[in-house]
This record gives sequence, C-alpha cells and structure tokens, in this order.
Amino acid sequence: MVKKAKPAAKRATRSKKANANIVDYDKEQELHAYHEMLLIRRFEEKAGQLYGMGHIGGFCHLYIGQEAVVTGIQAVMTEGDQVITSYRDHGHMLACGMEPSRVMAELTGRQGGYSKGKGGSMHMFSKEKHFYGGHGIVGAQVPLGTGLAFHNKYKENGNVSVAYFGDGASNQGQVYESFNMAELWELPVIYVIENNRYAMGTAVTRSSALTDFSKRGSSFNIPGMKVDGMDVRAVHAAGIEAMEHCRSGKGPIILEMETYRYRGHSMSDPAKYRSKDEVQKMRSESDPIEQVRQRLVGKEWASEDELKAIDKQIREVVGDAADFSLKDPEPAPSELYTDVYIEA
Amino acid sequence: MPTEILMPALSPTMEHGKLAKWTVKEGDSVTSGDVIAEIETDKATMEVEAVDEGVIGKIVVPEGTENVVVNKVIAVLLVDGESMEGWSEGATPSAATEKEVVSPSAPSAETVPAQPASAPKLEIASDPDIPAGTKMVSTTVREALRDAMAEEMRKDEDVFVMGEEVAEYQGAYKVTQGLLDEFGKKRVVDTPITEHGFAGIGVGAALAGLKPIVEFMTFNFAMQAIDQIINSAAKTLYMSGGQMGAPIVFRGPNGAAARVGAQHSQCYAAWYSHIPGLKVVAPYTAADAKGLLKSAIRDPNPVIFLENEIVYGQSFDVPDMDDFTLPIGKARIHRQGSDVTLVSFGIGVRYAHDAAEELAQQGISAEVIDLRSLRPLDMDTVIASVQKTNRCITIEEGFPQSGVGAEISARLMSDAFDYLDAPVLRITGKDVPMPYAANLEKLALPNVGEIIEAVKAVTYK
Repeated sequence: MVKKAKPAAKRATRSKKANANIVDYDKEQELHAYHEMLLIRRFEEKAGQLYGMGHIGGFCHLYIGQEAVVTGIQAVMTEGDQVITSYRDHGHMLACGMEPSRVMAELTGRQGGYSKGKGGSMHMFSKEKHFYGGHGIVGAQVPLGTGLAFHNKYKENGNVSVAYFGDGASNQGQVYESFNMAELWELPVIYVIENNRYAMGTAVTRSSALTDFSKRGSSFNIPGMKVDGMDVRAVHAAGIEAMEHCRSGKGPIILEMETYRYRGHSMSDPAKYRSKDEVQKMRSESDPIEQVRQRLVGKEWASEDELKAIDKQIREVVGDAADFSLKDPEPAPSELYTDVYIEA
Repeated sequence: MPTEILMPALSPTMEHGKLAKWTVKEGDSVTSGDVIAEIETDKATMEVEAVDEGVIGKIVVPEGTENVVVNKVIAVLLVDGESMEGWSEGATPSAATEKEVVSPSAPSAETVPAQPASAPKLEIASDPDIPAGTKMVSTTVREALRDAMAEEMRKDEDVFVMGEEVAEYQGAYKVTQGLLDEFGKKRVVDTPITEHGFAGIGVGAALAGLKPIVEFMTFNFAMQAIDQIINSAAKTLYMSGGQMGAPIVFRGPNGAAARVGAQHSQCYAAWYSHIPGLKVVAPYTAADAKGLLKSAIRDPNPVIFLENEIVYGQSFDVPDMDDFTLPIGKARIHRQGSDVTLVSFGIGVRYAHDAAEELAQQGISAEVIDLRSLRPLDMDTVIASVQKTNRCITIEEGFPQSGVGAEISARLMSDAFDYLDAPVLRITGKDVPMPYAANLEKLALPNVGEIIEAVKAVTYK
C-alpha cells in the first residue's frame, strides 16, 4: 500500500483548494432536496417529542439545522460507497435510505429497530445501505471510516468512504493519526467535518487553536474546502469535487461544512452557552430547508399548496414510523445473549 | 592486563548467539568504533564494534561457533604494547564459564533472570486434537506464528498483516519474517507508530469484510488502542443487532520480557478476558501458537492473541499436518496428576511445569492445565481436574486483583465448592508496577518456590 513519491513542490500546493462553485439546482433536484431534508427535520421533531414523552431514553442527539450536509453529500454517492458518523446519526441514516420506522423503533428500543433495540439512538448500522454506524466515542469513527477506505483500495472496488465528524472530534488525536495514514496510503476517504460551532457547550473559538477546519489536513498535505453547509447546492458541488478527487486515486480530502444545530447538544442540554438571538438569526436567515422552499416558490416550480402536500405526506411517513416504534414489541429477553459472538 | 572482549547481549532477552564472522584477525590494529565481528541471534544479525584502541591479541571463539553465551570472552585486545603473556581464559572473575547461562545484563550468577533461563523440555500429554502417529517437527514459537500467518494468507486473499515494522524490518521480534517477500507490500503493511489509529483502521477494514492481523509491537502499546479494540471491535456486532462483526486478530507479545521496566512488562490477559465480544487466546507451546493462530485468523470474531517474547525462541514439537488448527476455548492437560491442580496459561505454564517436576520428587502429584484460551474459558476441564484433586492453584504473571486466578477461584467456588478440600490459592505477579532492578523484578514475578509452597499449604504437607 505504499504510494509512489510525488514531487514536493506539487504537493505543497495541495492543502489549499478553491471552494467549489455553487451550481444551480434544476426543479427535480430542488424538490428532491426539499423532500429529503424535510423528512429529516420532521423525523427529528418527532423524535424530540417522543423523547419528551419518555418513549425514547438515554442520549438523543438531534440533527435539526444540519440537514443540507447529509443531503448534499448523499446526492454524489454511488452504490457501495460507505457512510460512517458519530452519535448524531439519524439524519445520515435517513439520507442513506434506511427506513424511518426501523430507525424510530431503534430509538424506542424495540425489536423491529435496526439493531433489534440493542443499539439505541447512537448505534445503528445497515450493511445493506453501507451505513457503518452510529459511534458513541467522539472521533472513533474517523479511523474506522479510514479503514473502510483501506478496504476499498485493497479490493480495488472504486468505492469511496465518507467519514463524518464534528468540530469537537476534530481535536481528537486519532483523527490526525488517520489523516496521516490516509494520505500516506492514498486512501479514498472524504472527511466531512460538520462544524456546527459548538462541541457540546464549548464554542470552537474556546476549543480550537485553528478554527478553519478545512486546513486541519495541511500538515499531511490533505486538501480541504470550506463549504456553506446550510446550502445544499454548495454541499453537493463540493461533494462532486471531493468524489472526483478520491475516485481518481488522489487520496483523502477534507470538506468543512459550516453548519448549525438548532437544538441542544443532546435532549438534556438547555444550550445556555449561546443566545436565543443567535439561534433565531440562523433559523430565519440561513435555514437549509427554507432556502430551497423559497427558490421553489420563487421560480414557480412548486406552489405553496404543493409544498404543503409534500409536508403532509412526510408527516404521515413520520407518524407511521412513530406508531410502529410504539406498537412494536420490545426485544425478547432471549435477545440479551444473542449477537455477542458469531459462531465460528 | 589485556582487555577481554565479551559476547554482547543484543536484546533484553538474548542469552546466547552465533559468532557468525570475524572481520579482523589476530594482530590487526583496531580503534574504537571499528567493526570487528558479526553476531547472529534468532532475531537478527548485528555488528560488534571495538570499544578500545589496540591490537587483537587473540581470537578466543572462532567464527561459526554456535550458542556462545552472553558475557563469554570472545577475543582479547592488547593496549599500549601489552602482550598475551599471563592471560588465560577464566582467570578474570567477570568471564562466564561456558556451561553457565548468564542473563544479558546480570552481573553475577546470583541474579540470573527471574524466568528459567533455558527452556525446559516439556513432556506434553498428547493433545486429543492431534491425530495419533502424526509426525512432529521441532519448531520455535516464532516460526510457528509466522507459518500460521503465511498459511492463512495463502488460503485467503482477504487476510493481511499490519503493524509497526512488520514488513521491511521483518518484524520487531522477527515474527513476520519473510512475509513481505512472499505477499508484498499490499498485504504486509508497515504502519507509522500510531497504535490508536491503525487499530481503528484495522477494525474499519474488518467491518467492511477484510480479515486483518494487527500486530502490536507489544500489548503494552495497545493501551493506546484499547478504545478501538473494545468499543469498536468487540461491541459492534451486538450494537448492530448481529449485522456487522469484526473478523480481526490483534496479536503481539504480552507480559514481562526481561528488565524492560514497568511500562513494557504488563500482562493484559485479565483486561481483555473481561470483555464480552472478544475471544482471548494465550498459547504457550509452538503447536498451540500455530493451531490457535490459524483458528483465530479464521474466526469471524475479534481475537486477542497474547504471545510472550521470552518463549518466541523456544522450540516445541509441532505436528506436520497440511492444515493444523486447534479449537479456541479448549484447555489442555499438560501433565496428569492426582494431588493438586495447577492452572495457568502462557509462560505461566513453564512455572507450573517446573513446580510439578520438583513436587514429583517430593512425592506430590500435580496436574498441570494449560488454559490456552481465556475467553471462552474452559472451566469444564478445570472442574473435572479439581473433582479429582480437590485442590487448585492458579499461576499468572498479571496483577492479583481481579485477575484470571480470581475468576477461576470464583467459578470453582460457585461450581465446584463441594469438591474443594482447601481454598484456591493464586500465584500472581506482585501488586506493584514492574521494577527494573534484577533482584526486584525476580521478586515481582511468580516463581517456582511460591507455587511449591502454595501446593504444600493446600495439601497440608
């Protein structure tokens, strides 16, 4: 897996990369993005509601506000490309095409959940959809995602692994261990840093010496791009460039998504570390779904009524998922001892 | 007085080596730093440099001599017009005699290593997993491990080895010797010194379907990686409701070597055996090392494979079979006995064996069980033995609290209480970080005397 030497001068220029130009979406793309993002939004709102009612336990980290990131990246993925992320994972799973009812049933700890109720909000997987979790240790998914890319290169299957992590995880040592090996071995991995400005309650300026996360790979000659993570078209355009970079055998690339989460870090976080005005400003001026909605209406690609109909249909899907997640039985007690080992 | 040039120790565990070549002859002048000889051990070939300026007065050990013990006089250097007159081998107190095996850095015979210096010839009770009449070949543990990996890599393209110095350096302890030549860079991957990172990459590759063998230069360094081993490798199958497992082997030397101090001497057997989702194997013999490593590589679960640096160079009979595997989770009775059961694993089996020999001379018959695997733990074999002997002593190099012996003791209490005629006693490493001083290290490790004392206590003799 040792790569050929490259001229130093050429490599030195790689760490800074121009940001991808936003390419306008056509009607179909706008409607698709609207639908995908709204599904995540409504799903998360419902999850928050079920949590409040005591149906979901433990930790529950909502993705509201960040929907454009997974939606834009998913649009550039092809069959066999893998996704791995942290514990704020519901949006990623829905974007991968995992069933809302089975995700919700995992949140409520039922047998029909993706992990038979044994994983919970933070630990879901789908081999079929190439979704590799769902990881609860901040930053641990980064070496794992790099390992998925190692597999792709080893098998020469042309696939790319997308490893999502936050601004908080960006300060973990294992992230840089991974960067080093990924570039050394030219592994096809896109590191998507979802910079939502707060590592739990600590603002990036209080936790990070270098707050431009797109430069975090510069010690390793990994190019990085800063992307408006609230604009699904910008994410999409950056994703295309990143995929081209990886698929052409140039190794890893970093995409810093400037995004924002509206809710607290988890359900038990009152988010006292930021002002209500700050959140409100983001909601009213930068909301990823509202941006698409305005374009759809402005270009007369959809009427208010048509958009309401989409919303209604999504609410039904989410409502059905919630119903299933409450009616589905808990796992049988005998499941306690299954899935610890695979029989050799 | 002429200066004696002694056989040097090239590693903490080296006891003897081959004097492969002299690059000087008698009468040659040398200055410090000149290469004067080449020495070969089972791990490496190293050059010996002159440390003083002078003339080679006599070459005492001719080139090509095998098994030259450390500290033996190999040549004499004459400084400032000295002559060989009056010099004779053994006249000076520092020279070791040929029969004596001296620890590399031990200053005198009183402080020979805590471990038995040379490997005892073991009479291993026949293994029911090896067909009777199978031809046996004497093989070192190091070669057995290498052969196991090579055989599995030939069989399955998805098996690869990664770790520090596994490829071009041929393995820090030469366990991966020759693999790079046969399998190439793609499948024998040198990593940077970055245990947490490459352990995680290995697990990720395994989740996607490859079968990595991750070598840790020692399990002491795996503490950097333990989050990935436990949280990612061991738990993902369960957390995914059975969808995604990690068929990965983490292997490398575990426990104390010799005089390497507190941070390089810990036994992690108890730590990993605590974790559901992991299998933990700790072989002693070369046959077990080979058969169990092959099984570990094929196992769809993450396996911790604990080796021991001190036994890497020890030879044992290994069955000459096309595809020799052993089941994980099965103990083996090393020696039959009737008065007391000694339970151990890894290098602890050596202590147990030596104690059993000495006890036999005193009329006490000890049964020696080599657990071989710590998870699953073969308590059936231990209990069956205790039902016969009614007494049990556990032996391990790890710390006492919450150790493997503590677990066996608790299980015997709950599952074989009525068969016990005496409390289960544990012989363990002492409850202190490993000291460096030779005498203290010896005290910190288990020893044969402690085992014999414990046996006498429980047999009321």
